[in-house]
Amino acid sequence: MNYVIIGAGPAGVVAAETLRKNDPEGDITMISGEGASPYSRMAIPYFLTGKIEESGTHLRKAKDHYDSNSIKVIAENVSKVDTKKSTVTLSNGDSVSYDKLLIASGATPVKPPVPGLDRVGVHHCWTLEDAHNIVKHAVKGSDVVLMGAGFIGCIILESLLARGVNLTVVEAEDRMVPRMMNQIGGTMIKDWCIAKGANVLTSTRATSVDEADGKLAVTVDSGDVIPADLVVVATGVKSNTDFLDGTDIKMEDGILIDDHFRTNVDNVYAAGDCAKGREFNSDGWAVHAIQPTATEHGRIAAVNMTGGDCGQYRGSLSMNVLDTAGLVTASFGQWEGVGGDGVETVDKDNFRYMRLEFDKDDMLVGALSLGRTDQVGCIRGLIQARKPMGKWKARLLEDPNRIAEAYVGLSQ
Amino acid sequence: MQKSLHINPELCTGCVQCELACSYDNEGVFNPSKSRIKVFKFHDEGRFVPYTCTQCSDAWCQQACPVDAITLDAATGAKVVNDATCVGCKVCTIACPFGTVNYNADTGKVIKCDLCGGDPECAKACPTDAITFIDANWTGLGKMRDWAMKTDAGAQAGA
Ligand SMILES: Cc1cc2nc3c(=O)[nH]c(=O)nc-3n(C[C@H](O)[C@H](O)[C@H](O)COP(=O)(O)OP(=O)(O)OC[C@H]3O[C@@H](n4cnc5c(N)ncnc54)[C@H](O)[C@@H]3O)c2cc1C
Ligand code: SF4
Repeated sequence: MNYVIIGAGPAGVVAAETLRKNDPEGDITMISGEGASPYSRMAIPYFLTGKIEESGTHLRKAKDHYDSNSIKVIAENVSKVDTKKSTVTLSNGDSVSYDKLLIASGATPVKPPVPGLDRVGVHHCWTLEDAHNIVKHAVKGSDVVLMGAGFIGCIILESLLARGVNLTVVEAEDRMVPRMMNQIGGTMIKDWCIAKGANVLTSTRATSVDEADGKLAVTVDSGDVIPADLVVVATGVKSNTDFLDGTDIKMEDGILIDDHFRTNVDNVYAAGDCAKGREFNSDGWAVHAIQPTATEHGRIAAVNMTGGDCGQYRGSLSMNVLDTAGLVTASFGQWEGVGGDGVETVDKDNFRYMRLEFDKDDMLVGALSLGRTDQVGCIRGLIQARKPMGKWKARLLEDPNRIAEAYVGLSQ
Repeated sequence: MQKSLHINPELCTGCVQCELACSYDNEGVFNPSKSRIKVFKFHDEGRFVPYTCTQCSDAWCQQACPVDAITLDAATGAKVVNDATCVGCKVCTIACPFGTVNYNADTGKVIKCDLCGGDPECAKACPTDAITFIDANWTGLGKMRDWAMKTDAGAQAGA
């Protein structure tokens, strides 16, 4: 069997390793558009703060990891896929044929329609190349404007503050991390970041980026102009699928896959940030764009590609953990609620918050936590066990912070 | 034969000697909040449950780690955090459905049970044999694993 994987992020690498584990004889080729040393985007923030060198971002640390697993890595871009001939064309003109193809091409950042974002000094923070550019410009005392306070924006925020820049954050929505936190949590994060020295403007849109006095100047909808040496744009991403133009592969905001990670085209699978997969515990399908989903996708897709049996795939759970300058927050599943009971405790002075959501069968379906680092994983365990909380429900409604006790009490 | 921690809650009296031994050996302080094993106390039922990592074979924490900082100690079967590699991103702390990987803000890294390199202090400190370190086949981890299997049907089986 001849397996080809497009993309060498976490989804692609985990898939390649799982293919090898399940098919010791097969040929495995992984095509990486970003060099021969597969790395993790998630490690970029720590490269920015100097906590790690570039090599610290590599997904696998052993130098001969891919060789020793007979995984061939080709450092080239895929320009075209022909699913009728089962071939992949590289930008150097070479062609690679496959029996089974996995698309794990991830996502790319998108720019909002704001004039001036093509100027020198405006960067995304998505690739290692972006990170090198940011390191050059985000020096101590420089003025930096961060557009977008979503999950990725907030992760970079911590690194930028740690670099000692004068930071202004511009977010169009009314709070920080609007897709990961509700109003209470998002506002607490904002208060925290302001206390840590960031200037945070929510409900504010950037309207243009111009040049003035040898610097950039970001105009916002209030009319204010913020000077900047560097503008970092983190306003969202889209699936990387341009090279699939001309194929019959169906997509919406991501490549559509079934519960076996197959696309609608024979022998073509998709996984990770480029794929719209089943969400845990709902009839919904979504592009999660998070690391745990990417690795889970990569693993299950590969088992399916080798004809292995995974049992019924019940979808991946959306979950995030975020550290904004020392304040740790996490979100799990359907934290917006599904019409069952909900409970929360708020301690604004001490920056602690916990919210739980149950469904009508007394199962936990979602949670938000702020200011807590111990045993948060139990929330995932409780949600994915799909068990009614029994007597623990009343206890959790009284004190939602007892999640770890509930987990141990129910499972032991 | 690899050994693993066998926990028998029925024998636990809640004395927390295990927590003290763990925190002292690993963090240099007698401080239960720094312990990698935790005794849950269900006073209404008069029940005490020592609780720590089961070193599961396809470990979620290991798979989620973006920088390969959690690796298998082939000698003990433990999943071990390599401090020099860990960037402190905390993804493992939400990926582990048992909640047994925890972030330590003082070091900016995560901590989890590593079986003390093959001679766990908690088992040595336990006066009632509620925690023993015995041949893996005999341990009662099945119950915990049953729960875990539910975490992502498909993700573990067959992989
Ligand atoms: C700064 C930053 C911080 C993040 N922090 C977190 C976090 O804390 N927690 C979390 O859960 N997630 C985080 N993420 C998101 C996480 O990194 C992604 O969800 C994850 O990388 C997705 O993995 P993937 O393999 O699907 O895609 P990617 O990692 O994007 O990998 C895709 C690969 O495909 C290659 N590729 C694309 N097109 C082609 C082509 N035409 N030819 C050849 N190769 C191609 C790319 O070069 C890349 O190697 C962060 C992302 C960023 C940028
Ligand atoms: S906190 Fe450390 S060990 Fe855990 S996933 Fe992140 S880098 Fe890996």
